[in-house]
Amino acid sequence: MHDMSAPAAHHGAPTSFIRKHVFSLDHKVIGKQYYALALLAALIGMALSWIMRIHLGWGNFAIPGLHLLSSTGAPGNVLTPEYYLQLMTMHGTIMVFFVLTTAPFAAFGNFFLPIQTGAEDMPFPHFNMMSFWVTFVGFWVLIASFFVGDGPTLGGWTQYAPLSAIGSVGGPGQGLGVVLWATSIAIFCIGQLLGSLNFITTTLDMRCKGMSLMRLPLTAWAWFITSVMGLTAFAVLMPACILLILDHVAGTSFFVASNLVINDQVLPHSGGSTLLWQHLFWFFGHPEVYIAIVPGMGIVSHVLITNMRKPMLSHRVLIYSMAALAVLSYMVYGHHMFVSGMNPVSSLAFSFPTLVITIPSTIVVLMWLGSLYGSKLQINSASLFSLGFISMFISGGVSGFFLAQPSIDIMLHATYFVVGHFHLVMGVAAMFGIFAGTYFWFPKMTGRMMSEPLGKAHFWLSFVGAYCIFMPFHYLGIAGNVRRYQAFTDDYLIPLIPVHKFITIAALITGFAQLIFVYNLIYSRFKGPVETDNPWQGTSLEWSTATPPPHNNFGATMPVVYHDPYQYSVEGASSDFVMQTSPEKINNPNEEK
Amino acid sequence: MAKIFAVTIILIAIASAVPIVMHMWPMPQDISTHGALIDEQYADTMLEAGISFLASQFLLAFFIWKFSAPRPGERVKNFPGGATGLVAAAFLLVGTEVLALGVFGTKAWASVYLTPPAANAVPVQVQAGQFAFYFRYPGPDGTFGPIHPEQISEANANFFGLDTTHDQDSKDDIVAAEMAIPVNREIHLLMHSKDVGHSFFVPELRIQQDFVPGLDVSVHFTATKVGRYEIVCTQLCGLGHYNMKAYLEVKSQEDYDAWIKQQSALQ
Repeated sequence: MHDMSAPAAHHGAPTSFIRKHVFSLDHKVIGKQYYALALLAALIGMALSWIMRIHLGWGNFAIPGLHLLSSTGAPGNVLTPEYYLQLMTMHGTIMVFFVLTTAPFAAFGNFFLPIQTGAEDMPFPHFNMMSFWVTFVGFWVLIASFFVGDGPTLGGWTQYAPLSAIGSVGGPGQGLGVVLWATSIAIFCIGQLLGSLNFITTTLDMRCKGMSLMRLPLTAWAWFITSVMGLTAFAVLMPACILLILDHVAGTSFFVASNLVINDQVLPHSGGSTLLWQHLFWFFGHPEVYIAIVPGMGIVSHVLITNMRKPMLSHRVLIYSMAALAVLSYMVYGHHMFVSGMNPVSSLAFSFPTLVITIPSTIVVLMWLGSLYGSKLQINSASLFSLGFISMFISGGVSGFFLAQPSIDIMLHATYFVVGHFHLVMGVAAMFGIFAGTYFWFPKMTGRMMSEPLGKAHFWLSFVGAYCIFMPFHYLGIAGNVRRYQAFTDDYLIPLIPVHKFITIAALITGFAQLIFVYNLIYSRFKGPVETDNPWQGTSLEWSTATPPPHNNFGATMPVVYHDPYQYSVEGASSDFVMQTSPEKINNPNEEK
Repeated sequence: MAKIFAVTIILIAIASAVPIVMHMWPMPQDISTHGALIDEQYADTMLEAGISFLASQFLLAFFIWKFSAPRPGERVKNFPGGATGLVAAAFLLVGTEVLALGVFGTKAWASVYLTPPAANAVPVQVQAGQFAFYFRYPGPDGTFGPIHPEQISEANANFFGLDTTHDQDSKDDIVAAEMAIPVNREIHLLMHSKDVGHSFFVPELRIQQDFVPGLDVSVHFTATKVGRYEIVCTQLCGLGHYNMKAYLEVKSQEDYDAWIKQQSALQ
């Protein structure tokens, strides 16, 4: 058993290539592996969105080579209706699980949480290695569904039952495709549970001398809060997926009611509950939104503080607000189900916490805005993406006012309004958090700087592009444009097609901007200018160690912390910033102890 | 660059608001008695959300513009009142706002979901199946005959699985592929799914309700304007989901009576 009283998890530096770069126990390598997986997943997810968008704008457009993906799904390189839904399902699943959960939480958290807490590594390095490799396997199980049977599932990333549970009679991909989907997600859950356990114990037990909880940076707090959510949310999704698999392979009927008829045949299921799946799924699904976004809140705060040269207005208020979001996220999940057929009184019960959650969200935004006041804001790629995150979070957040109310949800549920809302607040904002973290920490992770001109070009195209894509989604939704349609044949939807064409063009251009980022990432990894240990003049522990950090993070001497993580522009201090490890005495009454 | 960024944020915020203010892509017209409550709630929410959106984006842009300029020798400053004032403002302003929205919104929701249908409401059953809606009227006896799932047959056009030989109540049931209703009469819509999840959405009626396979649910509403409207499915139900639709014909009482008579003769 691991000695929990030890100051760090000791394991010697590996010597072989396999143990150093493949089956590594080093949290930094595991963090980079997660990042690489998320990058690959994001590129696949984005390519799928391009195909979908082209199809929505110009339904008969032949995309060269598309038949190679599926000769039946894209005969003549044009998507069939069912293959559109299959690609859409894979886009959502890949993005939500393997990008938005993996990159901001597992990738950056793995690399930086132990360093920021002053630990040598996480307490369970083998679990940590397993967490990545099961996630890796989960990813390829999902991708495998492209190439077996009649392709991936078409049921959407939410996989509502009974469509997801009745097998191939439900449509293409609803047999083996769903089994692979549910297996992939169940495996993914195992990875997240192992990771969350490590994150929680690292935060609580592995902090170095002097590192009180309140001296942890906001990123560490965000990852800690996220890992508590991960532990509880994925623990519900995993059994739900197992039950779904059993409905396919073991003849059970957890999610299929009696007397359902398809092709004039009564299905051999009885007694299951359609709504049970929705309750289980959304009990995970809503915390998942915050699992995707809270790490971004931490990263953006951390990046901005360094670039504002002043701490947030209140360290504690931000921490408490993020914690409040996490707690409330479990009480609001029913707002996805207002018109699902559940008891309408429950809808009101879920509506109020959903409205209340806007209070901690507003407080977080006000903390950012209030902290910008009087700052010495430096503009660079990292700070631009952080400020862009705030703008996107506001835009995506205010549409939550509408969707929190059951009466308005009658009109907006299952429309593009919802798609615009969650893409802004959970997709784009979270991606901006990932980009901010990448531009900010790249020098620490690789020892080289990313190109600023390319970073800024990436930002401008992404910022304007994302608004051009996702703001019109809201207008479409208000006009009643239903989501998950592969074509718009209804009379009242036909006038909206030009808006879809505009969105498609914007999506292609914005997608192109992401290739600038990928180029910048790869080019700078090998050719970027070599940087010092602390290029941004930051104060937290990652900036007090070598670049890249040694195997045990801090070399011969483990750090001792004397200050809270954000001592910038302190009156009377010897410089503009006082590092956490600096024994210099300062007179700051607001400093966290 | 900071100033260009600030201006960009403001331009995007204004450009985002213009289509809403100009009603460029408005909500479909309302043809229901309860819709005005929903539309009013929507308008109030749009006003509050719009103000929050514009104020926050403008403030963000203003602070980026103002505090990114180099100010050599000047110290950083704190926001007047610090965090306490902002937290209090969030609780007071947003708390009051959401409480008001929540309380007033309850009225609109209750009008659809928390009141029983009128005793004289016209009963109509809708059955959703991949990828079509079918509608059933109880006929002169006012009672729907039972559904026998094993007798459902698309080939024989027995969409509801009715046994008209043995079930007395089924004999006069009227089944149609489109939904006709009388104007200004309350309709009690009984919703049954044949196979998987579907939804019944008529934007003009301000009604959207999912079908729950294995659990029949109902809604009630009154249409106020004669016309032809689309009923669309909003719950992903399979490959033909996008094309699953039917028409709602809101007719005058006379036309409705004639239609029922005509449909009855066709059974």
